[in-house]
Amino acid sequence: MGGYIVKRLVSAVPVLLGITIIVFLIMSLIPGDPATAILGSYATPENVEKLNRDLGLDKPMVQRYFIWLGNMLTGDFGRSFSLNRPVLDEVSERFNATLVLAGTAFVLCSLLGILAGVISAARQYGLADKAITFVVLIGISVPSFFLGMMMILLFAVNLRWLPVSGMYAIYGGGDLPDLINHLIMPALALAAVATGVIARLSRSAMLEVLRQDFIRTARAKGVPERRVIMGHALRAAMVSIIPILGIQAGFVLSGAVYIEIVFQWPGVGRMLVDAILKRDLLLVQGGVVFVAACYVLFNISVDVAQSLLDPRIKT
Amino acid sequence: MSTFFKLLFRNRLAAMGAVVLSVILILVLITPLLPLQNPDITATADRFQKPFADGHLLGTDHLGRDLLSRLLHGTRLSLAVGISAALIAATIGSAIGIIAGYFGGRTDNIIMRGVDMLMAFPYILLALAIVAALGPGLMNALIAVAAVNVPFFARNIRGITVGLAGREFIDAARLAGMGHTRIILTELLPNVLPVIIIAMSTTIGWMILETAGLSFLGLGSQPPQADLGSMLGEARSAMISHPHTSVVPGIMIFLIVMSINLLGDGIRDALDPRLRSGALSRPRATTLVERTGDVPEATDDLLAIQDLETQFHVNKRIYRAVGGVSLSVKPGECLGVIGESGSGKSVTALSVMGLVASPPGVITAGAVRFRGEDLIDAPYESLRQKRGDRVAYIFQDPLSTLHPLYRVGQQLAEAIQSHHKISKAEARERAIQLLEDVRIPNAESRVDNFPHEMSGGMRQRVGIAMALANEPNVIIADEPTTALDVTVQAQILSLLDDLRRDRGLAIVFITHDFGVVAQLCDRVAVVYAGRVVEEGPTGAVLDAPAHPYTKRLIACVPELGGGRRMLSAIPGLPPVVDDLPPGCAFAPRCDKAQEKCRHIDISLAGTGDRSVRCLYPEELV
Repeated sequence: MGGYIVKRLVSAVPVLLGITIIVFLIMSLIPGDPATAILGSYATPENVEKLNRDLGLDKPMVQRYFIWLGNMLTGDFGRSFSLNRPVLDEVSERFNATLVLAGTAFVLCSLLGILAGVISAARQYGLADKAITFVVLIGISVPSFFLGMMMILLFAVNLRWLPVSGMYAIYGGGDLPDLINHLIMPALALAAVATGVIARLSRSAMLEVLRQDFIRTARAKGVPERRVIMGHALRAAMVSIIPILGIQAGFVLSGAVYIEIVFQWPGVGRMLVDAILKRDLLLVQGGVVFVAACYVLFNISVDVAQSLLDPRIKT
Repeated sequence: MSTFFKLLFRNRLAAMGAVVLSVILILVLITPLLPLQNPDITATADRFQKPFADGHLLGTDHLGRDLLSRLLHGTRLSLAVGISAALIAATIGSAIGIIAGYFGGRTDNIIMRGVDMLMAFPYILLALAIVAALGPGLMNALIAVAAVNVPFFARNIRGITVGLAGREFIDAARLAGMGHTRIILTELLPNVLPVIIIAMSTTIGWMILETAGLSFLGLGSQPPQADLGSMLGEARSAMISHPHTSVVPGIMIFLIVMSINLLGDGIRDALDPRLRSGALSRPRATTLVERTGDVPEATDDLLAIQDLETQFHVNKRIYRAVGGVSLSVKPGECLGVIGESGSGKSVTALSVMGLVASPPGVITAGAVRFRGEDLIDAPYESLRQKRGDRVAYIFQDPLSTLHPLYRVGQQLAEAIQSHHKISKAEARERAIQLLEDVRIPNAESRVDNFPHEMSGGMRQRVGIAMALANEPNVIIADEPTTALDVTVQAQILSLLDDLRRDRGLAIVFITHDFGVVAQLCDRVAVVYAGRVVEEGPTGAVLDAPAHPYTKRLIACVPELGGGRRMLSAIPGLPPVVDDLPPGCAFAPRCDKAQEKCRHIDISLAGTGDRSVRCLYPEELV
């Protein structure tokens, strides 16, 4: 097992390098002079030249890449000019808030999605199945940002059950209940689409498994039906559900960008959008590399979970 | 093609999606012709008019612009951008995929590595990075969304191309001296195109949503030009005071995405042949029973199958898999049920404990009695308590019949714990004991194996151990030795024979192998097209088969050391059971058949323990 984890971690190194190369190449798409892009068109030529020198932009591209990579490996992601603080500090602080939001949403969509899928499959063509299929259809068709706005309108403005936005109350907040109170709506809005997708695919994974011979064996042994569904069938279906969870985690992380904007959540997605609008490119670059790297590591843990579940995978 | 559309429109939801989408598309196409106000003319005095206000059907926005006009123009823009992005992504992605798949080797390797790297990003990070580099704007958002979706097409199309590139027609084109470009364009592309179109139809809604999303973030279309996303983005600041400005574009995005989703699902279902036959249905916990006619009286047999009829209802067709079978066993007795594949012998066996998959299986008549109690209409819980406890099954091919993710010890323990309250440790002890009973060496360590870690013979023994777990009265063995080689088969048969003698077990042994029947069974029943055609003591039936079918079947068995005897295969195939002739089902293949055989219903008749269903039997019984 330990060996397998190490092996997967080692195999992640080229992927991580690839990510830095891709981000580097995209950033070199910037039309014209990057220093001008960073400083704005009113910058004096002296400042542009100084920044070019400071950023090493006068050097050849390959050399620039390795300097940038070396800096990142020592924890130096550069400095955000719009916030005037190190990129890494800002990104890691913001990423925490995103993790709380996206993590909650991910747990919600996994649990609700699988549960809905299992019920739907076990009661195929029944009332529960039809109801779930209908809700899922709506769930996967509503843009999450629109759903978030409508939830604010209903639950915060009209019913006044939940706070409109933010992560903590400005006055007197800051504890866990306050956080949960602020988290409910954005987490649900963020989880909606992924829940629908997971429910759908879990349903078909369950239907596929329920037709297998080993389910008939379990029934022939007299295993109670509840256990046949929740034990034998679900366990086998998880083999195809877990990779879906891994993919959906990426979509949840992506959707967080919209939800953070709608709910004024102080996460990394909102930071990236602000940074793009302010042309703070070092912050964008650092944020993208950091989040992408975390996502790669997350996917390794998905693979490890898969190997724990399925003994047929060679570890 | 017409069946495709028929299937598509039988799906009401898909048809609804198609209608909604067509209405939107038509509205959008004729937008410039409609008498609408200019979407960009501001009139601050008229700002935030409610829907149905004078001259503004959907009201006005924060600058007093007509919302209906803005909505239609915005939809036009959103659809145009989304569709363009899909076309660009499909073109570039498919080109990359075809090149990688066609050339293979190193080219393929390098390209697919790059694609994998791109797919390692959560898609929006890539899109944001591209927009960050190029600057906000609708064109750049379009480029970003298209770029993010290129890897998806590249990977899908490469997979298809790799399969096609190895086919003969490509080799033939190459040998004919065609250049690479020509082969790709004239031979490969036409074959890949349908897949590209399907992939596009599933992603286009997604790309419309994504471009709208980027515009919503303020990174796409810039004022005064507005697509649906930026309309929603601009309306957000006034959402609380004037919700209609948000609701209008939001619902339009929802309608577009939902109708595309519905239509896409419909297309996929119509193209997927498995869904047509209803095969993706989940089997219920017990076989469906729709019994008509009288229930036969109880007998004193241990297990009695009485006039059982089991059918498969697939769409409008009815397959009579079991057409009135009666069989019975007494304690310690072994009954062989023999027949070709598709004769209904397995369905008969599975019907006993309600294990025929349903849908499509339905038990329509007869009874199955265990110690006189009818199992067919027994409530689920009473049936479950007997399954594996009183009547146990051994199935063919234990690699698929054992659960791949549970250790064999767990599977054995579960068989016991489903019927008896015993501790985990006790159950494990018992599992080891059972493995020893079926002569598995090193039972202590084998108990923790997964099925895939065992050999075929060993897995089959596990299957038998599982059937023995609760010391049942009856074991129904459905071709348990078919997949095994002869030496293992012999061991397993002698094991079953011992158990029968030691424990007084009754065995129903289903097989197509006369050798096995001769070795193990006291009596044998021959099944053809869902009915018993001959029954009797094994020796008597084998020595002097009365039904022509039995005789021909035995003649098919090669005899060891028998020299050059003619092996006479039976001409023709067993009948399909959805349209059985009224008379003898074997008549079309029988060389003794007379006109009468084809018309009257022949009953199973005989004296004592032998009976035959034939008007002109080979032997008198």
